[in-house]
Amino acid sequence: MDPVLELVDVSKRYGGVRALDRAQFACAPGRIHALLGENGAGKSTLIKIMAGVVQPDEGRIVLEGSDRRFVHPQHAVAAGIACIFQELSLMPHLSVADNICITNPPTRLGLIDRRAQRRVAEAALARAGAEDIHPLAPVDSLSLSRRQMVEIAKALSRQPKILILDEATSALTAADVQRVYGLLKRLRDEGLAIVYISHRMNEIAELADECSVFRNGRHVATFEAGSQSDAQTVEMMIGRDIAHAFPPKPPPRAAAETAPPALDVRGLSWGGRLHDIRLAVRAGEIVGLGGLDGQGQREFFLALFGVLRGVTGEVRQGGDPVSAGSPRQAKRRGIGIALVPEDRKTDGLMLPMSVRDNLSFAALDRLSRAGVVIASAEVEATAAMVRRLSIKAPELGDPVATLSGGNQQKVVIAKWLMNAPRIVLLSDPTRGIDVGTKQEIYVLLRRLAEEGAAVLLYSTDYAELIGCCDRVAVFFDGRIVRWLAGAELTEHALVASALNLTAETLH
Amino acid sequence: MREDWRFRLREQRACWTAAALFVLIFALYIAKHQTGWTVPVLTTAANKGVLLAIVAMAQTLPVLTSGIDLSVGMVFVLANCLASHLVVGTPLQAAAGVLVVLAAGALCGWINGAIIVYGRLQPIITTLATGAVYFGLALGLRPVPGGDVHAGLADALTGALPGGIPAMLVVLLAVVLLVWVPFRRSAVGRAALAIGSAEAAAYMSGVNIGRTRLVTYTLAGLLASIGGLLLTFVTYSGEASAAIGGVYTLNSIAAVVIGGTSLAGGAGSAIGSVFGALVLRTIGDLLFVFDLEPLWQPLFQGVILLAAVSLGALRLLKVDNRLDLFK
Repeated sequence: MDPVLELVDVSKRYGGVRALDRAQFACAPGRIHALLGENGAGKSTLIKIMAGVVQPDEGRIVLEGSDRRFVHPQHAVAAGIACIFQELSLMPHLSVADNICITNPPTRLGLIDRRAQRRVAEAALARAGAEDIHPLAPVDSLSLSRRQMVEIAKALSRQPKILILDEATSALTAADVQRVYGLLKRLRDEGLAIVYISHRMNEIAELADECSVFRNGRHVATFEAGSQSDAQTVEMMIGRDIAHAFPPKPPPRAAAETAPPALDVRGLSWGGRLHDIRLAVRAGEIVGLGGLDGQGQREFFLALFGVLRGVTGEVRQGGDPVSAGSPRQAKRRGIGIALVPEDRKTDGLMLPMSVRDNLSFAALDRLSRAGVVIASAEVEATAAMVRRLSIKAPELGDPVATLSGGNQQKVVIAKWLMNAPRIVLLSDPTRGIDVGTKQEIYVLLRRLAEEGAAVLLYSTDYAELIGCCDRVAVFFDGRIVRWLAGAELTEHALVASALNLTAETLH
Repeated sequence: MREDWRFRLREQRACWTAAALFVLIFALYIAKHQTGWTVPVLTTAANKGVLLAIVAMAQTLPVLTSGIDLSVGMVFVLANCLASHLVVGTPLQAAAGVLVVLAAGALCGWINGAIIVYGRLQPIITTLATGAVYFGLALGLRPVPGGDVHAGLADALTGALPGGIPAMLVVLLAVVLLVWVPFRRSAVGRAALAIGSAEAAAYMSGVNIGRTRLVTYTLAGLLASIGGLLLTFVTYSGEASAAIGGVYTLNSIAAVVIGGTSLAGGAGSAIGSVFGALVLRTIGDLLFVFDLEPLWQPLFQGVILLAAVSLGALRLLKVDNRLDLFK
């Protein structure tokens, strides 16, 4: 069968990072094509190019035999490509019917024909197998799973030839997942080309007709579903990475330690997003959080840091129960938690403010007397921190935005070290920074641990988890599904447990 | 079908609340008024209320897209000054004058929209600046208060129709039916709400964001100039008063909020704003019939505004990730 959509030698760079490198992809009508790859393998960029959200730097998009360029999502929609993204594209205040018909509502005399629109919406919802959703219900009154069904109905109402689903089932309840399976198979039989991204191997086994594996922005292989074992597929996804230099790990400690752990989390849950998390970290230890992106690792950090409401379970420090109701309480001396957030530009720094202001911000109460900042103490403390982390800033009075990404990240970390924290949480601290700074951060983390801090590191880079951490807790769907340590801590084991494959299914 | 009504009612809840508040306050006003429910009392109240109601409608449109228009009051004043020059003479000349005034208002709004869309500037500072420019033009047109207006037209629109219905209310109804209803029911109006609700999602859905904003601000300018035109009919003259422009701008924002439109955009209606404006106006009159010092008026308006805003903040109690509070 001839492909309906083909991407030939497509490349895309973001700054210095190659997201896609001469990638190939083709999908055919009447087939479900699964896209596989680790975090950052280039899958998202690939579908964004197909959907007209980003433009490739080079390469061709061939739709039904002719070259096309999509400079706006509208063009892709008009060409019959409908995309269901991970982040919902619904307008929460608008009704379900308004959302489904947002770009092309049926009109009469120039005004929206509400009855016709309602019929369109009802038909689309019925086609998606979600007849029970009322077309007039405002989207923000629906659960996440129902919203995702509306999203699918919205895509179907555009009569697409190609349907792209990016992790479309991750927010669905079990009942809705079954409906979506049935729907996708029916659509395939009707002749749609379906591109499907999922991190759940069982879904891919159930649905896919063929699979394409991507790694580091390159296309690795395309094969008929079922022709490769799960183990072989995982092997293709891993490949070989450039090794980073990691500081040596201390030898594993004796199993029985007398002192209670620095951080002891018992049965922590939050809404439907975190389930019964149990985890203990000793002073001097670096514990990694692994798993695919978005399995609850960030929420776990936010829960410890006092950002979330309605968290249940117990948190103990050195044997005593503590509770942080806000970041302000979490950073106090008695608790001493620091969180280095993953998005340094929005959550970590105040970009237009000076390097010095950013450095001293979290520790101002230590540097002030009666509410007045003692300038000399601030200058001294920030200068010491700049030396300690060798932050390259020509002038501490310059806006922090003028620093390079790596030095900005150092400022975020240094800002919390000013508080002398006992527990350091880091959320993907090396994302988007250069290799040299990465290594400095690895060394720093190890030194912090040696000085007596308990370090928790969430990273989407498996090599980093292996090289840096004493133990790794693998998250899946808001739970810790596996602990890896010592010789067990391999890339193979990390990927397999991130996909929630058990050892048996791999052999 | 019963469910349909439930959803419709929920959508218009804030609007109905404002309407009920107005009915309550107005009933109180009429009950305490010396002469009560008579044609002159109603006509005077309508003439005052409708001016702010139309400016509040103008403000509603940008607010729905999560923008704001600080120049509505100044466009209102500019239209007033322009009308005091142009809406005179023979009926035909006056009619042409009306068209020119409305076109000028729409142009002011279009300029706001073009700067915001193509210049990528924030609405608040853009309209603050253009508002000052529009006021400057008004001052040039009317350095001192004065001018005239077509008396027949003015008397017809500010008087009462047979049966005692204030003509101004009919004008207001016509504006709602000719400007707001088509906007709300058109694809552009829908897109405006979509932008206010989630701009990124609207973009990803293929909504033309630039054109939608441009139409929204242009209509806001047009509505503000309708208000200015009607002001000329009420006062029979033009006056470039910075105080009037400023008060109308600020009260229009207050009316929008009392009428249940969220300043964050995405939800609300100009009809709610109309009732919000009428509520604000009636509060002033209420103090008068209760023999309170007019000095209390700003205080009472402030309290009503605070109460209205507090209702909108109730949803924050349900947030379970505190980072969502900053969105």
